[in-house]
Amino acid sequence: MMYGYEWDTTTWLTYATSILPIILIGLTVTLKAAAAGFAIALVLGLVFALLRRSRIKAVSWATAFVVEFLRDTPLLVQLFFLYYVLPEFGIVLPAFLTGALALGLQYAAYTSEVYRGGIEAIPRGQWEAATALNLTRRQTYLDIVLPQAVPRIVPAMGNYLVAMIKETPVLSVVTVLEMMGLANMISERTFEYLVPLTMVGLIFLLLTLICSALLHRLQMALPKAGIPMR
Amino acid sequence: MDWTAYLPMLWQGAVVTMTITLAAIAVGIVFAFVFGVMRVEGGPILSTVALCYTEVFRGTSLFVQLFWFYYALPLVGLSFDPVTTGILVLAAHAGGYGSEIVRGALSSVSVQQLEAARALNFSRLQTLFRISLPQAVVEMMPAFGNLAIETLKLSSLVSLISIADLTFSAQSIRNITLDSASIYSVTLLCYFAMSLLLMVGVRLIERFVRRGNAFPRAAHS
Repeated sequence: MMYGYEWDTTTWLTYATSILPIILIGLTVTLKAAAAGFAIALVLGLVFALLRRSRIKAVSWATAFVVEFLRDTPLLVQLFFLYYVLPEFGIVLPAFLTGALALGLQYAAYTSEVYRGGIEAIPRGQWEAATALNLTRRQTYLDIVLPQAVPRIVPAMGNYLVAMIKETPVLSVVTVLEMMGLANMISERTFEYLVPLTMVGLIFLLLTLICSALLHRLQMALPKAGIPMR
Repeated sequence: MDWTAYLPMLWQGAVVTMTITLAAIAVGIVFAFVFGVMRVEGGPILSTVALCYTEVFRGTSLFVQLFWFYYALPLVGLSFDPVTTGILVLAAHAGGYGSEIVRGALSSVSVQQLEAARALNFSRLQTLFRISLPQAVVEMMPAFGNLAIETLKLSSLVSLISIADLTFSAQSIRNITLDSASIYSVTLLCYFAMSLLLMVGVRLIERFVRRGNAFPRAAHS
């Protein structure tokens, strides 16, 4: 995609401005990957958390093992596994989706713990009260548990989103051209690594600071007493 | 050729991974304490320096840091061998997160205790080493345990700056045998086993610290 591009490397400033448009294209890929990965992590994490609470011992133990395994092994190796092994089973995904799936799987292990913590923070007495009031399981979750759990869950989830954004450069090793992949590619052409890599670092720093500030405001805005679900 | 013939290579990689991880954790703990204490006790200038360190190493991705120190820094005339670079960057990254752990634990020591230390005419250093740290260290242990596992996992990234760690060996063996499923399964299991070992190690240290052995009392007291 970069044939025909000329980078003006006369000074660091002209170099920076000439590569900025490409780097910003990379930024959109980074953000898309993080968004896709986070969506997977949110859904899969909830599935893990609910399976973990299953009354069937085998299911809850197996889930606990899978979560622990995903949490204790590197994202990079998980990514290689998905990238090289899935096609052997006939599942051929584009690199971007494989990357998002790897991010989602790893973070699902983290988010499932957040869900679990949020649900378990509800005192036992409230579950018993719900049973005494003859509420169905669905009603208990929707009207009692989730409204109180969500305000506890949101800040932790936000932190994981920020962490995930910072891990997206890993996707560049399986040919996803996100910000870091593009910066590396430019550097390899010009043999000037300092400017592109510093730019990417600064953009990440800016992203994290902005996200943290937004998260803080969100946390302040959340009602402490709970959010009605319907 | 069968992939089992390459198991010694995988083992060598695992040794490199473990060495780099342990070295990075050791250096990272030093960074964490130096910058964490600076944040709390350092006064306006030192605490700002520590804040900048923390924000930079937590805010820019480790991946970027690794490449920056490996490819970009030599262009300004500073260069280390890959292993030193890998260990230092991992340590600095872990130190960034660790300094927040240290800061949190130090600021959770109750004000009354600090006042009592002051009333007993303890110097600031004495208060830090005899009152704050012995209690704070116990609080830090679980968080440091997680950080240790995190460092082990992130150490896989050093394979990208040509260090022959476990991930790198796995990649090489895959390129020779093309048996991805077996190689990567074994590699994942290796990492899992190392994580469990690390967890056991942290538990042992935690028990040691909880007994108060990390800060032995003076003989007369």
